[in-house]
Parts: sequence; C-alpha cells; structure tokens
Amino acid sequence: MPIHEKSLIRPENLKTHDQLVIDGVDVSGHWSTFIESRVVTDYNEALEEEIGALPGGEHINRCWQCGSCTNSCTVNAVNPDFNPRYWIYLIRTGMESELLRDKDIIWQCVSCNKCTYACPRDVFPEGVMKATAHWLELKGHTAKSKSTIFDEEFTEQVVATGKIEEGRVIRNFFTKTGQPLLQGWLVEMAKRMARRLPFRLGLMMGLAAVFRPRTRGWAKAGAAIGEYVHEQEQHHRKALGIEDRT
Amino acid sequence: MKPEYQRVAYYPGCALEGTGHAYNRSTKAVGSALGLQLDEVKDWNCCGAMEVKNVDPKVQTYLSSRVMSIAANEMKAKVVMAPCNGCYHNLKKAEHDLAHDAASRETVERISKKAGHQTYQAGSLETIHALDWIKDGIGEEELKRRLKNSLKGLKVANYYGCMYTRPRHIFPEKDQGLGSESTSQPHFMDDLLAAAGAENVDFPLKTACCGGAHVLSDSDTSTKLVLNILRAAEAAGADVIATECPTCHSGLEMHQVRAEKVLGVKTAVRMLYFTQLLGVALGVSPRKLGVHENVSDGLDLLKEKGLA
Repeated sequence: MPIHEKSLIRPENLKTHDQLVIDGVDVSGHWSTFIESRVVTDYNEALEEEIGALPGGEHINRCWQCGSCTNSCTVNAVNPDFNPRYWIYLIRTGMESELLRDKDIIWQCVSCNKCTYACPRDVFPEGVMKATAHWLELKGHTAKSKSTIFDEEFTEQVVATGKIEEGRVIRNFFTKTGQPLLQGWLVEMAKRMARRLPFRLGLMMGLAAVFRPRTRGWAKAGAAIGEYVHEQEQHHRKALGIEDRT
Repeated sequence: MKPEYQRVAYYPGCALEGTGHAYNRSTKAVGSALGLQLDEVKDWNCCGAMEVKNVDPKVQTYLSSRVMSIAANEMKAKVVMAPCNGCYHNLKKAEHDLAHDAASRETVERISKKAGHQTYQAGSLETIHALDWIKDGIGEEELKRRLKNSLKGLKVANYYGCMYTRPRHIFPEKDQGLGSESTSQPHFMDDLLAAAGAENVDFPLKTACCGGAHVLSDSDTSTKLVLNILRAAEAAGADVIATECPTCHSGLEMHQVRAEKVLGVKTAVRMLYFTQLLGVALGVSPRKLGVHENVSDGLDLLKEKGLA
C-alpha cells in the first residue's frame, strides 16, 4: 500500500505523559511517547456490495490498490485527506466507521477524470466517488451536499423543459442553500460585464426570468425520464436496505 | 482534409445561449469567414452537462442520444459538431456506452419509445469538437492563406480542460499517431493558433482541472484550482489563455474575480475563446466575435497588440 500518501498515525493517538518515572528513570514528556492501538470491531461486510449497487460504483471490486487514482487526483493536491485509493480500500474491507471519518469531504470530487484515465484496472474511481457520496446521503450519514443540491436543481429543470437557464439554476441554488445572491465577487463580476454591455445584460436577465428556454415537443421525454429516475431511486433504496417511504 | 466537415449539424448547447454566448457568436463568425456551414440541430435539449449523470448516468446517456437521434435520423447528418467540451464529451460518452453497454441501450430505447422518437443507433453519427471542425475541415495551410491579421506578438497559453481528453476510452480516434489528437498532450488548438501567427507558450496545465463541476457548490476549491492555472499561465509568459469550453472559460473568469475579491490575489492574464482569436486573425471585428461580452477584458489587450 502506498503509505507515502498519508500519515498512518493520528495525532489523537499519540500519547505522552508530562510527569512519568518508570523504574527510577524519568521518562517525562516525549520520552514516554507511545501510540495507542486502534481496534476495529464493527465491520459492515455488505459495504462493497452496497456501493457497487449504486451508479458509478459497479467496478469497485477490480481495484488492486496501486494508488494511481490518488496520485493523479486534482482534489488530493489541494487537500491530502481526499484519498480515493484509501476509501476504496476501506469500502472493500468493510471498515465503515473509518470511512465515515471522511464523510464530509467525499462529495468534493470535481469529476476531472484524471483517476479514471490513470486507473490500470478500469475501476472508474470517479464513479466510485459519486456512488460513495450518494451512499452517505441515502444512509443519512450526511445531509445533501451543495453539489447534490446543485445537480438536483439542474436535473429538475432539464426534466421540466429539456433545457436549463443558467441564471435560474444559480438563483434557485443560492436560495436552496441559504446563501445571499449578492455576494461581493458576484456583484463585481456583474459590474465588469455591465461596463461593456449594460443594455444586453439587463435584457438577458429580464427576459430569462420571464421566458424559460424550452425544447419543443419535450413533454413526453420529460415524463419518461421522471418515471425512470423515480424507479431507479426505489431500486437503490432497496439495494441499501432502506425502508421505502412512499 | 475531411470534406464531410464542410457542412455539419451544429449542437450549441445551453451554455452557448447563456454565459458562453460569445463562444457561439465567434464560432459562427469563424465558420462563415472560412466557408464552413452549420445546420443547428432542431429542437435540441440539454446534454446533461456535469450534473445529470450524478442523478443518473443513463439519463445523461439518453439526453445526449436524443440530440444525436435528431441529427442522424431527422436531419440525415453524418457529423455533429459541439463547441462546448461538456456537450462534446457527453455525446462521445453516449456513443461509447450505446456501442458497448447493453443496459444503456435498453434504457435509452425505453425512454426514446415513450418520448416518441427513433432510438439513436450507435455508429450512425460522428461527433466532433469545434477544434476538429477547423483543424480537419480547413487545416493550417488553408487557414494561413486566409489570414488578414497575424496574431504575431501575442503570447498564448492553450487551455483544453478535462472533458476534451478524459477519460481516454470515449475518444477512440485520439492517440492514433501522426495527425491525430493526443489525450495527454493535446495540440489542435496550439496548431491552429500557431498557424494564425500566435506565439504558444510552454504551458504545463493544458489539461488541468478548473473545478468547473463545483464552480458554485465548492467555490474555495475552484478558486484554488483556477489560481493554479492563471499563475502557471502568467509564469509561462502568456498574455492570454485561449479556451475551448464555456464552462472552463466562465470558471476562469469568475474565479479570477473571486480570487481578487476574497483572497486579494490579482492576476492580469486574460481569457479569450480560441474562436475569438482565430476570428481576429481572419479579420472579423472583435464586436462580432463577442469580445465585449467577456468578463475578462480582452479588448484592451487586442488594442494594445494592434489587433483591434
């Protein structure tokens, strides 16, 4: 296993005693450092199967732990705790409680597909990250991430009209996540755009708010997609052993 | 040269009707300056971008297949061109999945039937990017003959992003040796802009990620990733980053402003669509290329270089 990726010793497991004398020898401070052992007893043996049942997770069983995914990962370069190889390992060995320690960052995968490009076993780690983030939400370990809220808002618009209108996606996303639309940097962007085209910008925003772009003859396609998505949701909940709420 | 690229079905996609409007304008302007024809796909829908696949990947495959079905079956087109990396990627991905995965075929067939249109059959259409369209429809030699202004003296970092080259398996025509595009060192944009006289700088982050998928949902990460790209371009001596994707382009623009406002880090490099740069070289006015619609002020730079 590529241990250079991360420190295997957690700071909270490093123990020292400020005042300690053993057999007459003063071992106070770092002289008494020891590492508390970790014991994992609560395996979830179904974990790999559960993640494998969600879209993107299908090929997790192919992984042979080479670490190419983590090595090439865009987000890992920004945050070393973001470690696809390690999570795949935890999932395959059923170490759910260890996986849950990182539950709040797994959704941050940016889908750049560098891992999928590098993977020699066609695990599609990008898909595994999405399946894992989805699993965390379905199981109630995390609330819906901002990314999921964005994806759902986007998809709802496509199902409804066949197209999206960016301004509407952004407005609804900010409302749903409780963020103000008038953030300093967004206002600054609008100002810079308005400098060269005050009229067109105003017109664009005004018109888009009234007329939603839509695809002609979309109704039947939208309904068929909606039906399919609903059916798949039921299917995923069943695979994860979650009680049907409907 | 590929004669079948002279007239192609055109799939602009949602972004090119919104934030990427300047890319739409400049693509059309370059096409007409070069005598290449575009027939917009009738009643097209969103390809699913980077979002729908996270709700369900097969729905994304269906969305792209509907666009391809209209182009192939109703318009009888052989080639569809998408300038947006997201659209291009999704059409390619759908093509691959429909050719190789029975479950995808089944789902697409089921939804297509209910939607009341012909199911798209893999292999009936070739999907290309705007780069392929110009590179293989016109070529560098012909482009050179039609130049009105040389981009001489303009230092360009060519930025291709993620979706144009990754994952490799959905682009079977790439990495096929001489004349084909490379997935690790893409060069089509470099080739075209070099033919237009620009000086391409040695830019190491051609296929780095701008964090476009989380441009708003994880802005801090996106700002860091964009800053890497902007700083690397500046360090390489670039005046401008040439882009070929509306999501990358607006991501770079937005997070350049955000880095300035939130982190206090100012960068001076500009962003222009590669079609805007080619258009200028072909003598099209910057206004017709939508340069004034960009947030990043390319007009000043073009004036400074005597190109506008």
